[in-house]
Amino acid sequence: MQTVTEKLEGMDVWIYHGQIYIPNTYSAGAVGSRFLIELRDKKRIMGTRCPACNRVYVPARSICKDCFGQLDEWVEVSDRGTVLTYAVDHESKPIQPMATPIVYGIIQLDGADTGFVHMLGEVDPEQLRVGMKVQAVFKEERVGNILDIKYFKPLA
Amino acid sequence: MPNRVAIVGIGQTYHTGSRDDVSQPEMVAEAVRAALADAQLSIKDIEGVFFGNMETFEGIYLPDHGMAAEVGAFGKPGFKVNTGGTTGASVVTEGFYMVSSGLYDLALVIGFEKQDCGDTTAAISAAAVPTWAKGAATGAIGEFAKQALSYLETSGAKEEHAAMVRLKADRNACRNPHAHLKLGLKSVDEVLKSPYLVWPLRLMDFCPQSCGACALVLASEKRAEKIHKKPVWIADVEVVHQEPFRAGVFGDPTGKETYTQHVACERLYKRNGITNPRKDIDMAEIYEPSNWEEMNLYEHLHFCDKNEGWKLIEKGITEIEGEFPVNPSGGVIATNPIGATPIIRVAEAALQIRGDAGEHQIARDIKTAMATALGGPNWTVLFLLKRSL
Ligand SMILES: [Zn+2]
Repeated sequence: MQTVTEKLEGMDVWIYHGQIYIPNTYSAGAVGSRFLIELRDKKRIMGTRCPACNRVYVPARSICKDCFGQLDEWVEVSDRGTVLTYAVDHESKPIQPMATPIVYGIIQLDGADTGFVHMLGEVDPEQLRVGMKVQAVFKEERVGNILDIKYFKPLA
Repeated sequence: MPNRVAIVGIGQTYHTGSRDDVSQPEMVAEAVRAALADAQLSIKDIEGVFFGNMETFEGIYLPDHGMAAEVGAFGKPGFKVNTGGTTGASVVTEGFYMVSSGLYDLALVIGFEKQDCGDTTAAISAAAVPTWAKGAATGAIGEFAKQALSYLETSGAKEEHAAMVRLKADRNACRNPHAHLKLGLKSVDEVLKSPYLVWPLRLMDFCPQSCGACALVLASEKRAEKIHKKPVWIADVEVVHQEPFRAGVFGDPTGKETYTQHVACERLYKRNGITNPRKDIDMAEIYEPSNWEEMNLYEHLHFCDKNEGWKLIEKGITEIEGEFPVNPSGGVIATNPIGATPIIRVAEAALQIRGDAGEHQIARDIKTAMATALGGPNWTVLFLLKRSL
């Protein structure tokens, strides 16, 4: 017996191809904005410290992850840190602003208690090592974006 | 028999068109802190967190990824829910299920939306099902225009009645410190001068895009009275799902479709011995994205007979000083942070029972209240709240 869901002999079935376009904005908020402005204007990497947990968050955040405390103590952390882990991605994707290979890692900046995800540059991927000391290289033209830091390069 | 569940903490942000000063997670945290302060609890006391918004409306996939700390869910069971327009009611339902099951004694439920980010209509239209909806989807305004036209053509209502609903909402919103739009409208003519968005729906006939969040603390019977001296009991919850009507999402001119409001009301009223809702319930906070939809909902929620909804507004029955006040908060047409909108209905109904609504408190003693939610797929969620069980 023929059912309504049965595909007929020789019949085409329809497949839709499309792209979803949704314009959006996103508010960084006062704390996120100050982080980005310090980066743009003073090449400073700012964190916030929870006095109750003695933990420094980078990038700065307004609420402590551990204790839900409202944070108001700003601290400048070093532009130098340690590579905790890294990845080298050879696959290019349309949304990705960086050319391949995309070399990036988690860096713990000196003075921070959190990992900071960013690009690694001026380094042969073969030479990358966990534990490597790195330093931020800032772009000449900064616009108030996390990519105002061009990448982190190995310390000589 | 499930355990009894009470609302013991109520918190909301102020609602407005733009909140550049905070990120989405930071805005949510404001409501959480307000609810905890109302309950005089610390975040450590909360056992589970249930929260949600209209994912993609801010262009963010999994917004919960960036806000475990801000919703107070870090280190706890925390679940994001998205059921479309009913999201803010689904989080309350989920919290209710968890506490009534005995799994938790204290749950936090949160709804939020930050509509200064993203583009709601673009998200609805762009992400619609390609086969039947994409291209024809014009967002919520077109949907509610179709509903308004059906109501205008068949019920006997005139545009003046829709304008009266707007006036009621605005008078109430002007008394509510949390409300978004406070237009100070004085006359029906002022509303009727407002331009059409999609005929017969005018700019003033429709809800705004708001930023805001609302949070409630739910407690089990054994904890409720120790936490708050005026707990508000969730006497009953009803959830009925549907799918969008192909004949037109929010209305069905064919007359062959099942309205979830009918099913939900019939079940809820029967279980609770409600035979005359306007007598047996003291007030309602309903989810009315447009003034036309408010009149329509009066009928679908059985507050009156078919084609009588506009007569309730004409007679002033649903005014704050009327026989059966509806939306003394100013409702959705004044304030619409979508993911928070249904939970605000519950919060405002609970405040009326507590007598803590302030300037928009109903003068009469409110012992029983109803809160409703409506969503794109024609879903209905109903809550019956009581001062005592
Ligand atoms: Zn802390």
